[in-house]
Order: sequence, then structure tokens, then C-alpha cells
Amino acid sequence: MRFGLNRIDRVGVVVALIAAYGLVAPFALFRANRIVQGEGRSLLSALPPSLGVILLAFSVIAIVMALLRLPLFVKLLTSLVMLAMLAFAIGSAAGFLTPEGNNYARVSPGSGFWLLGAAFALLATDCLARLRPPPWGRIAILTATVAAITFVLTSGLWDGLSIIKEYFSRADTFWLEAGRHVTLALGSLAVAAVVGIPLGILCHRVEPVRSAILNLLNIVQTIPSIALFGILIGPLSWVATNVPGAADLGIRGVGMAPAFVALFLYSLLPMVANTVGGLAGVPAEANDAARGVGMTDRQRLAQVELPLAFPVILTGIRIVLVQNIGLATIAALIGGGGFGVFVFQGLGQTAMDLVLLGAVPTVTMAFAAAVILDAIVELVAPANAGRKEATA
Amino acid sequence: MIEIDAISKAYGDVTVVDNVSMTIEAGSITVIVGTSGSGKTTLLRMINRLVEPTSGSIRIDGEDNGAIAPHELRRRIGYAIQGHGLFPHRTVADNIATVPKLLGWPQDRIDARVEELLNLFQLDPASFGPRFPHELSGGQSQRVGVARALAAEPNLLLMDEPFGALDPVIRAKAQDDLLAIQKHFGTTIILVTHDMEEAFGLADRIAVMDGGRLLQYATPSEMLASPATDFVASLIGTAERPFRLLALNPVERAVEPGAAEGKPISADASQRDALAELLWSGRPALPVTGKDGAVAGRVTVDGLLKQARPA
Repeated sequence: MRFGLNRIDRVGVVVALIAAYGLVAPFALFRANRIVQGEGRSLLSALPPSLGVILLAFSVIAIVMALLRLPLFVKLLTSLVMLAMLAFAIGSAAGFLTPEGNNYARVSPGSGFWLLGAAFALLATDCLARLRPPPWGRIAILTATVAAITFVLTSGLWDGLSIIKEYFSRADTFWLEAGRHVTLALGSLAVAAVVGIPLGILCHRVEPVRSAILNLLNIVQTIPSIALFGILIGPLSWVATNVPGAADLGIRGVGMAPAFVALFLYSLLPMVANTVGGLAGVPAEANDAARGVGMTDRQRLAQVELPLAFPVILTGIRIVLVQNIGLATIAALIGGGGFGVFVFQGLGQTAMDLVLLGAVPTVTMAFAAAVILDAIVELVAPANAGRKEATA
Repeated sequence: MIEIDAISKAYGDVTVVDNVSMTIEAGSITVIVGTSGSGKTTLLRMINRLVEPTSGSIRIDGEDNGAIAPHELRRRIGYAIQGHGLFPHRTVADNIATVPKLLGWPQDRIDARVEELLNLFQLDPASFGPRFPHELSGGQSQRVGVARALAAEPNLLLMDEPFGALDPVIRAKAQDDLLAIQKHFGTTIILVTHDMEEAFGLADRIAVMDGGRLLQYATPSEMLASPATDFVASLIGTAERPFRLLALNPVERAVEPGAAEGKPISADASQRDALAELLWSGRPALPVTGKDGAVAGRVTVDGLLKQARPA
């Protein structure tokens, strides 16, 4: 039997190339302390010999399976098994490489681990995307993934890893900053929605203000975040000293207030633009009919325009939420808190593990928010978009 | 009765409707015909104030429509448009219930009305009520659109090219349904179309518009006999005139005494149908049956030809 090229999976080629390189790249990094340059350890030298060989063998089998056109479920299962093995292996690498009783040595995942992880995560997401799970299914998968990660983190499996050691030395501030990060991202989103949706409605109804408002927001969007913080220091300091009670609310030239205001300003354009776009997309016939049957302007807005524009507005909320979770990182620059605190501290100390302690939760949160809101957008859309099947 | 009194509408320097006056009898079907840009839709939309006139007035049953708040006026007047304009996010039942809900009817009365209308339009309430508009065919959507317009039992129904998006077979059925429903409720209907065939098929009176002016407002037979302008004549189509005239009158009026062979034709069929049957079957005469089913006489080719020109 000839082994034809058509039996090769194209995504599988990418997965295989990344994973193959991951096998030869350093699997783990060993450092004598947390700030010196690390030295790479290959897969076989980073793990107990038997485990190293098993992981190598499984990886080769998984790479071959990724290349072939196999049922999606088989591939998905393969990638999940590989991800679980990698999670276990990096944990045992930490224990294996750290000398007994040495509290200064640090073991962190090397490029080989990240590449293998990325390759099999790509395989898993590709399989999931091709299986087209319904919105609830995607949220269930996300929940299961979060549960699995929580299990690994609480099991103590990774306690030897440098990033977890960084966490343990800052466990109290970690959750405080996490809370601030969420407050900044969600709070500015909520205010942006409360202000932006009515502003979008105004732009839709009153043509002359539309281009003025949208252009102004476009300009705001182009101001670099650092510059925006600088611009805000003056007015907010003035407010703090001159408006009674403002200082008690925590409004100052630096800190959370300017970060919150900046995130709010960045959020306004997507909110307003999507509201305007959603309302503009309402079929002219539906609007004409709404007027023709005797709806007042307010009834037409509430009963016809907003329901029909809602999926587009929700897409705007999704953009803003993901954008804000990422942007909230820079709030740390002006003392606003959030995960950025760890990122910038880590950069200052050249401690990459500390940078990761801030960056990994941020990326995870943004990813989870995107999955959840995409699912909600799809759940809301069917009645409008025509996905429901005819009943007869 | 609707009295349109010297109504005009101008957008800047462009006059879209120019000093139109006409009186529409209660319980009649009036069809406004014209080419696109003739101002026919604007005239229609001034009746329910979707367009505000520049000058002139419209009285509905003696009441000036400018004195009623626009949304309240529109809830009293049925409105059906081309492409039906159903709300895509609402079920068929909710679409039909729109105006009764706006008027604050009790829920049981709304439910009963929706069911009555769906049955009237030959749509099974259990099957069609919960569907969304995108699950309907073009003809079904159009029927739901008219049902929604009739939901609050309006005395007046405005229709803007309601059958424009339908294929010819479904369109003919929809026109027959409209005539039946008009008989059933006695609703006054004002319908806008560019299709002269449709106008002659439905209208008690036809209004021909061109360039914003009302050229002629007359019954179909008057219009055939004496078109007011060359434009009206060309719109009717000179070659179509005899057939349009035959189509307007029932066989009853051309019945002669005597007997004939073959399949009979009903006395209330149109004279055009009778002539078509005679020509196609090659017979010189058809037996005519009255309402009781008994043969009442016959129609002949010669007799029908005499009917095919104005008296």
C-alpha cells in the first residue's frame, strides 16, 4: 500500500514540527538562584531516566498520530494525554533537578516544555474547533480545563517549580492584586457599557453628533496608555483637592483612579462603535414596520432595535473585556495594582518567574473571557441569525 | 370614508406629491398605481403620517389625521409592506400580537385573535404560531404580514406593494385571499402597486399617479372607456383593453337564451375566462349554470365580443 501525501493532516505537520523541535530544545531550566541566567536541561537529563524515556516514546507516537488523518476524538484524546503527561513531567523535573534541601535553586519550564505544550494545545484546540461543540459544550470544556489546572495547582505537583515558589512567597499580595485586576477590568467595562450604549444610541439617532463622537473616541484610542496616564494626573489631582469627598473615594492623580479612567476611555470606542453598528444593521423593513404599527420611538428602540442589535453590542462587550484584562496590566505603572505589579517587579529584578506570575494569569483570564463571551454571543444570536431548524 | 384634501409633499425644491385630492368610500378597495417615483407610496404614507404633508389635510371618518398623535393613529390603521417587514426576533404569534399588545388588550383576547387570524389565513396556529419569520416561505410571510396588519381590527388597511415579492402563482392566491378577507371584515383597503393587472383585479376604484399628480381617479370600467391622458392609456395598454374589460364583468351579464354542448361555466366567472374557454375548446357556445347549479342559458363568442368594447 502506498503511503500517499493526501493521508497527511496539514495542521498535524505544524504540530509535528513544533513538537519535534520541542523534543530537542531544553525541557527545563536550572538556576542556582532566582536571578542568574539559567542552564538548559534536555528532556532525558531533566527527568528520572525511566520517565524521560516514556515521555520521549509517547511524544514520538503522538507526533506520528498528529500527522495522520485519524478520527478527531482519537487525536483530541492523544493531545489531552500528552498535555497531562507534560504537566506531570515538569513537576517531577522540579523535584529531580533541585538538590536536596536547597532553597535557592530554581527550576522552571524550558523552551522544550513550552513548545511541546504549545504543539499539543494547538492539536487539542484544532480538534475542538473541528468538532464544533455547541456554546454550552465549549463552556463545559473550559470549566473542565479550569478544574484540571486547579487540581494540578492544589495537588502540590508543581510546588517545586519556580513560578509556584514565587507565588508562595507572595500568596497574600497575589490575591489582592488579582482582585484589583478584576475590579479594574470589569468595573471599567461596566461603566463603559452604561455610558457607551446610550452614547451609541444617541450617535445612531442624531446623525450630526455621530462622526464628532466617533472621531473623538478614535483619537482617544490612539493615545499611548502611558501618555494617557500622564494626561490624567493633572485633572484627577485637581478633582481630588477641589471636589469634597473625592479624595475619600480614592480619587488621586496616581493609583487606581487614573488607571480606571484610562481603561474606561479605551473601552468607549468599541462600545459606542458596536452599538452604532448593531443599530445600523437593523433591517430597514423592521424599522418601517415598527413605526407603521404605531410604536413610539422608545418602544421601537426597546422592542425592535436593541433586541436586534444585541448580538453586535455583545460582541463589543467581548472586545472590551478581553482588551481590558490585558490592558489592566499597565495600571501597575502608576500604582493602580493588578497583575502588572508582578510583571513590572519581575522586569526590574530580571526575575522572569515573577513576570510569568503576573502574565500567565492575565493571559488565562483573557482567554477564558473570550471563550465564555463568544459562547454567549452565539447563544443570543440564533433567534435573529436563523440557526433554528424549522419545526415542521 | 377617507377624504384627501389638496395634499402636497415637497422635499426641498422637489415636489413628490402635488395637490392631490380624492375621496375613498368606506369598505372599498382603492388601488393607487404609478411608476416608481410617481409619489404613490408617499401619498399612502401620509395617510398614517409616516410622512408629514407639506400642505393639505386628510380626514378619516371626518377626523383630521393631523389631530391624532401619530403612534395612536397608526395603531388604528393596518399597515402591510413589501417584503412583509416581520420582526425577525419575534415568533409569528408575537408578530401578529404586536398592535393588540401596544393597545393593551388582555392576553386571552390577544391569543384568541391570533388564533382566529392564523386560521383565516390557512396557517395552523399550533404549527406556525411558535415559528420565527425565517422559517416561513415567502407566501407564508406575506400572509403573516397582512394578519399582523389586521390584528387590531382596523377599519382601514394600507398596503404598500404587498405582493411585490411573490411569484405569480402565489401572488394570484394572495390576491384572492385579500378579496375574501376584505369581504369578511368589510375593511377599507388602500393598496399601492405598479402592476396594472393587479389594480384591475382588485380595485373598486383606481387612482393613477405620475410625477406626484393624480391623473385619474375612476372605476376600472370608466378608466378603460375613457382614459384621462395618454399616459393612463399607455399604462392600461391599448392591446389589453378588451380583455381587461371582459375580466371586469361576470358571465351573467352576457347570458343568452338557448342551449349548448359540453362542460358548463358558472355565471359568476369572468367573461374573459369564458372567452378563453370558448377559444381554447373551439366551441361556439358554452352552457352557463346559475348559483343553484341549473343551466341558465349560454354564452357565445359573438355575444362576448360585443361586451369587449365600451358601451
